[in-house]
Amino acid sequence: MIAVIKFLGSNCDLDVCKAIQLAGGSAELVFYTQKNLDKYNGAVIPGGFSYGDYLRAGAIASRTPIINALKKMIDEGKPVLGICNGAQIGLEAGFSKGVFTVNKNARFICKWVYIRVENNKTPFTRFYKKGEVLKIPIAHAEGRFYADDDTLDYLYKNNMIVFKYCDETGEVTEKANPNGSLDNIAGVCNENYNCLLLMPHPERASQKILGSDDGLKMFKGMLK
Amino acid sequence: MYKATVIIKLKKGLLDPEGRTIKQALNFLGFKEVKEVDSYKMLDIVLDAENEEKARERVKEMCEKLLANPVIHNYEIKIEKLSV
Repeated sequence: MIAVIKFLGSNCDLDVCKAIQLAGGSAELVFYTQKNLDKYNGAVIPGGFSYGDYLRAGAIASRTPIINALKKMIDEGKPVLGICNGAQIGLEAGFSKGVFTVNKNARFICKWVYIRVENNKTPFTRFYKKGEVLKIPIAHAEGRFYADDDTLDYLYKNNMIVFKYCDETGEVTEKANPNGSLDNIAGVCNENYNCLLLMPHPERASQKILGSDDGLKMFKGMLK
Repeated sequence: MYKATVIIKLKKGLLDPEGRTIKQALNFLGFKEVKEVDSYKMLDIVLDAENEEKARERVKEMCEKLLANPVIHNYEIKIEKLSV
């Protein structure tokens, strides 16, 4: 059973539950006031606008009671996936390194993009090939990845960069970078690979009728 | 009672899309002399504290725990005693 965390202002929670079911698993909504997640095998922090994105996107949600329970889950090696606002919350909580901040053009961007798998050793990317290109949508105003030079080095050295924005052929170009992210980074993980934080929405690319099912394998991998 | 004014700014050299957009808009409106606009967040926090030093200490804790993100922000704190 996967816990799908609901904050005040989460809005992709039911889509994520559906995607988990499509992947063959079961999901339960868990409110952010919960302090214990021991009975779950993993968790997803879904997208949305927790606390209205006040202060900084994800900042206030990342200081709520459930965060310690998620930390414990990560320490125990269970898979934790943060999507969009969930990824912002995860970085604010220190689950990986860097920050997702205001897009280069200072606007909300909602569009289909391509991302390339840089690390397929995580639970979420185990069913993809390294270098595989996924078609997947983004929808965010604060998705520009930034980290200082030392942190970026650290992320590369520990293979913590999981996805990069690319063009249809898998080329990582300036033009394929929708939001000004450093090195086109779209998703990062922790040192043990069991917590993935990404801005694109795999649940919105979980069946053909939505335009792509390239994201479904992320949930399948997480459930294995 | 004290009033703490917290100014949260981006670290030097970091991209400030909001400031840049405002600068472009000002230039577009004919204010060609505008060379740079920096945006920042300012919070006024009214709090109880024994003295100014204690108030500053607490507000510093607030900045570290929630108000600023050390990856991208610096912050300044100004404390003012309120006459109740």
